[in-house]
Amino acid sequence: MAGGDGVLKFHVPEPEVRPGGTPDFSNVPIPKAGSVPRPPVDVDPRQIRDLAYSIIRVLNRDGEAVGEWAGTLTDEELAEGLKHMMTLRAFDTRMLTAQRQGKTSFYMQHMGEEAVSCAFRRALAPGDMNFPTYRQAGLLIAGGYPMVDMMNQIYSNEADPLKGRQLPVMYASKEHGFFSISGNLTTQFPQAVGWAMASAIKNDTRIAVGWVGDGATAESDFHAALVFASTYRAPVILNIVNNQWAISTFQGIARGGSGTFAARGLGFGIPALRVDGNDYLAVHAVAKWAVERARRNLGPTLVEYVTYRVGAHSTSDDPSAYRPKTESDAWPLGDPVIRLKNHLIARGLWSEERHKQAEAEVLDTVIAAQKEAEKHGTLHSGGKPSTRDMFEGVYETMPPHLRRQRQQAGV
Amino acid sequence: MSRMTMIEAIRSAMDVSMARDDNVVVFGEDVGYFGGVFRCTQGLQQKYGKSRCFDTPISELGIVGAAIGMAAYGLRPCVEVQFADYVYPAYDQIVSEAARLRYRSNGEFTCPIVVRMPTGGGIFGGQTHSQSPEALFTHVSGLKVVVPSNPVDAKGLLISSIEDPDPVIFLEPKRLYNGPFDGHHDRPVTPWSKHELGDVPDGHFNIALGKAAIRREGGDVTVLAYGTMVYVAQAACEEKGIDAEVIDLRTLLPLDLETIVASVKKTGRCVIVHEATLTSGFGAELAALVQEHCFYHLQAPIARVTGWDTPYPHAQEWDYFPGPARVGRALQDVMEG
Repeated sequence: MAGGDGVLKFHVPEPEVRPGGTPDFSNVPIPKAGSVPRPPVDVDPRQIRDLAYSIIRVLNRDGEAVGEWAGTLTDEELAEGLKHMMTLRAFDTRMLTAQRQGKTSFYMQHMGEEAVSCAFRRALAPGDMNFPTYRQAGLLIAGGYPMVDMMNQIYSNEADPLKGRQLPVMYASKEHGFFSISGNLTTQFPQAVGWAMASAIKNDTRIAVGWVGDGATAESDFHAALVFASTYRAPVILNIVNNQWAISTFQGIARGGSGTFAARGLGFGIPALRVDGNDYLAVHAVAKWAVERARRNLGPTLVEYVTYRVGAHSTSDDPSAYRPKTESDAWPLGDPVIRLKNHLIARGLWSEERHKQAEAEVLDTVIAAQKEAEKHGTLHSGGKPSTRDMFEGVYETMPPHLRRQRQQAGV
Repeated sequence: MSRMTMIEAIRSAMDVSMARDDNVVVFGEDVGYFGGVFRCTQGLQQKYGKSRCFDTPISELGIVGAAIGMAAYGLRPCVEVQFADYVYPAYDQIVSEAARLRYRSNGEFTCPIVVRMPTGGGIFGGQTHSQSPEALFTHVSGLKVVVPSNPVDAKGLLISSIEDPDPVIFLEPKRLYNGPFDGHHDRPVTPWSKHELGDVPDGHFNIALGKAAIRREGGDVTVLAYGTMVYVAQAACEEKGIDAEVIDLRTLLPLDLETIVASVKKTGRCVIVHEATLTSGFGAELAALVQEHCFYHLQAPIARVTGWDTPYPHAQEWDYFPGPARVGRALQDVMEG
């Protein structure tokens, strides 16, 4: 806006509401479930530009699955999906407590975002590779990775698959299609594109998936990934999880005035979809669409998952310092677990009683895994990786200077 | 055996590696159809196809980031950054990712990539076509850093780098691309065809990483050098009539400490020369190591002859470049000390 007094004014975006204020998402347009059409996967990207500005939704307010994106999952798969999300939530709760008890130094939870990684995982085939951030553990839970190993990593104990070298939650598993997590934001985005390029170079059938948060889209790696993906038509899905917050910074700081994060794909000629991230069915349907596109060599897809980070950024963060405490209650897309639960109840496939029973079962499973993991030690007690392990793996073969240092360390 | 320039030797190394291993891919800015701004990849696209050798968008971080992803898949990318001066946008990918991948994933994922980049000055390249950033890489655990000084080494070391299971930063002194250079910019340059190190085997061969080469045997002082400075040091020794032992380090990380220590223990004196700026340059690491391992054999303080602690200038090229006169003076000082 032009200043009337003839001098320039500096603009710094601010969220609508700060602590003490009343949460208000009335300015967030939420299209009706079922209102966005499902184009064929070989559509010309220019014909679906609208999809970057809308929100694909399947579950309506009554818990019914409606519209062209509905119907990609069987009843059994939906029930299993609910269990995955509940498991991730219970896992988070136990690990948060473990951090408060001093059993680990750090943890990051997924509260509110469970549907994104759990539903997406189901659309992939064995051999596909995710390049996740630190908030996609649902890929492991839904992919059948042993929970005990996740906890061993979090505890940095003697059974830690990463030998105590990595901060908690920075898992890695080739077998489960889960690339090694890095603390450096967005670095994995161009790497995912490179992996996909490699698969195409080798005439393989496997595809790659890059993951990034709303805040981290501002990193230059984001731009590099999009231009490479577009140039080489890499078989990659580029996922943006827009949970509205990058630690204390609201998404408007990263957005730079663009309509949506998805819309950034349009300038690169990449089809861009925006989806209700709290709608398990919608996430799966969109994932399936993008996976099919990639698999059929039609090129990359950019997907923005609209969701909300209900929990603190990490165990080192207190959100009440920068946003209203009840803001998540006002979030118009609700809770992914409750929405899927209501859908199953509405269809007579589930009940409040069964849900309570499932909650108890899930908790038992998580507690059993935790007990098993704690047998191998926690960060400050019990078994731990050896000091010798600290020197291994810097290179395939230990060079002389590291051998000397290991000797100096007395191991 | 053929006479090759360093450019031809580097090209031959990639050619041989691509022929032997389908997983070797070569890419970078202008690397494909055009064959590289220094002709290092000329003909490779034609011979191996666009899926093995191709042009990229102008994004160093994209080039290295994609290479890391490809390496995680199982390929062996050998990528080019057009000038070492332009590697900085990729620094995060190199330091935080390539160098750490094996360690942080406990070997679940590895990163066998080579990042080739022309380095060094002496060509009126000014600030952004002359830098020697090797110390920014030798400080990084998990990387290997190689600087060849002649065609035969360039080929053998590059093949070894491509076959190495860990990420290698391969710095090519562009001043040496067409012929050796001893710092005498006022004299005509001799091409590699007139130099015995221009004799390069046509097929596959390796020169091991982590092994230095003694270029001139001597008993009075040890000179530690790499890249262009190997020839500057040799010229300085001849001109001053000093019986110096000139060691071409070839690999900076891991370093051939054994060869260095044996030489300094024999000579009792050490001069370190590099083009890069002095403060916190690789010479500081060399001086510290020599001091630590040869203290009781040293008869004089260790000397360093390097670029000044300024950005690389244009007009003042030969006041900046540590030529034979400056190296010669240091040799004399150390002999008198």
